[in-house]
Amino acid sequence: MGLAAGGEGWLRLAVLELRHISKHFGAIEAVKDVSFSLEAGEVIGLMGDNGAGKSTLVKMIAGNFRPSSGTMLMDGAEVVLHRPLEARRHGIEIVHQDLALCNNLTAAANVFLGRELKMGVGPFKILDYKAMYRRAAEIFTELKSETRPRDLVKRMSGGQRQAVAIARTRLSDAKIVLMDEPTAAISVRQVAEVLNLIRRLRDQGITVVLISHRMPDLFAVADRVIVMRRGTKVADRKIADSSAEEVTGLITGAIETV
Amino acid sequence: MSNSLSEAIDKRQQSWRSGLLGSQTFWVFIAVITASLALSMATDSFATSKNLYNITRNVTFVAIIALGMTMVIITGGIDLSVGSVLCLSSMVLAVTMHAGYSIEVGILSAVATALIVGAVNGALIAYVGLPPFVVTLGMLSIARSLAMVASGNTVVFEFGPDHAKLLDLGGGAWLFGIANPVVFMIILALITGFVLRNTQFGRYLFAIGGNEHAATTTGVPVRVIKVAVYMISALSAGIAGIIQTGWLGAVTTNIGAGMELQVIAAAVIGGANLAGGGGTALGAIIGAMLIEVIRNSLGLLGINAFWQGAFIGGAILFAVLFDRLANFRRSD
Ligand SMILES: Nc1ncnc2c1ncn2[C@@H]1O[C@H](COP(=O)(O)OP(=O)(O)O)[C@@H](O)[C@H]1O
Ligand SMILES: [Mg+2]
Repeated sequence: MGLAAGGEGWLRLAVLELRHISKHFGAIEAVKDVSFSLEAGEVIGLMGDNGAGKSTLVKMIAGNFRPSSGTMLMDGAEVVLHRPLEARRHGIEIVHQDLALCNNLTAAANVFLGRELKMGVGPFKILDYKAMYRRAAEIFTELKSETRPRDLVKRMSGGQRQAVAIARTRLSDAKIVLMDEPTAAISVRQVAEVLNLIRRLRDQGITVVLISHRMPDLFAVADRVIVMRRGTKVADRKIADSSAEEVTGLITGAIETV
Repeated sequence: MSNSLSEAIDKRQQSWRSGLLGSQTFWVFIAVITASLALSMATDSFATSKNLYNITRNVTFVAIIALGMTMVIITGGIDLSVGSVLCLSSMVLAVTMHAGYSIEVGILSAVATALIVGAVNGALIAYVGLPPFVVTLGMLSIARSLAMVASGNTVVFEFGPDHAKLLDLGGGAWLFGIANPVVFMIILALITGFVLRNTQFGRYLFAIGGNEHAATTTGVPVRVIKVAVYMISALSAGIAGIIQTGWLGAVTTNIGAGMELQVIAAAVIGGANLAGGGGTALGAIIGAMLIEVIRNSLGLLGINAFWQGAFIGGAILFAVLFDRLANFRRSD
């Protein structure tokens, strides 16, 4: 666990800093005044009960929602991420909780959805099927998934679908990968693969935010845990200084805050 | 390794065969062929060159609009206004040319009219969030009414200085003796097929129809694409209107009335999935062929024309049922 990029004695610049971020949907305050910063090569567990605001928070980072108030900084400069495309351009990738897959398309088409590979000249560009199949196959191999690029998503198992969603994060040189419950619907062996992937990402200096309800996952890979309760951040702890009991207490509210 | 390879080949062949047999377009094509053969044998009048010529040209107008409709249906939408847009575009063309303008100006005005109507449909659907059914039903009424206003509800059959050019456009056969409408249909079908299969725009249509929320979430510009697809649908109706005007040599304010049903039937019978996410250009053409063969055969067999609606409606229901059954078996 001591391998986090940067090592000791470095002044580590935050890859991403959130300052007083809030988000309300009408009268619902989904996220209230949340601030934290993420460093390069860190794995952060984001915990909290259903409805605590975890998904809303990462969706704001991924450009799916605009914050109602507050600012975000990347490498010290303020960024405005109002569309998924802008977030991706800044090196932010996300695995959505609902996976965001189109059942009628192939695995490869889903992986590249929104950023298809094309060939041709000027405005006359056509889809480069071959390149997309090839790259998708490479990523599935890297993820040790048996998913085949040409298969339709509607015929896939839960694990394969999850692999397709995760594969999207491998298309670019991401700085930050947000994973919203990536292990919710998959087998034990596949969970181990996802955790391995997270470790590999971390070793490349990529920051990973992992949302999960599985305490063992958290303690297996995370360096730090942020706990949310009813939209607010109630704890931000080094994993080494915490325990499963403490985290559980923070989630339920048995422990107010630390 | 060799095991998995032969397995893979096995699967490939299986999927190829089940792909063909499971393909609605294939079965509809078989139906068209069977019906045509049966009609040639049962009647003396079906396989005459005059009747076949009529059929081919009748098919083209429905087929051209069915191409645009297929794109709309792939996104999970519907466009009920196409018959009226055909009428409005034809009337704009007719009135403009009748007033003494050239055929180029006439066509440009007709195309622009169609595009504007499509853009209004698309904007109301994509940006205001109104249901496609409601918006295009309203437009069905508005566009036909505008056509009446534009013409004073008269028949236009004199198209000014370029009169002969227009009639030649719709009635001529510039390429190897093939009727122009057929040539236009084939070109438009090839373009549509290419766009659906090989462009990012085509990919986005399928993505939106498959899971609009996922498309939005992954950054597909859903609204822009939706506006574009309704513009394309209206454009296809406008193009069909222009060609049909040249072919008929006259425009009345009731042309294209009820045509939306035939067009939707053609698309759906050709395999376009009304729930969104599926459809092909070839299917639209073959669907239109089946509709026309049904229509034609009713006349030839001496069945009262009042039955036409029952047969076309029945064909739509059958196609949707076929799709439902195929899905049901697959999900087992
Ligand atoms: N698009 C939305 N519109 C309205 N309310 C929403 C929306 N997304 C989330 N919410 C609400 O925001 C709160 C936080 O939800 P969410 O971020 O999904 O929580 P979590 O991921 O921690 O379970 C919930 O009360 C939820 O109902
Ligand atoms: Mg959530």
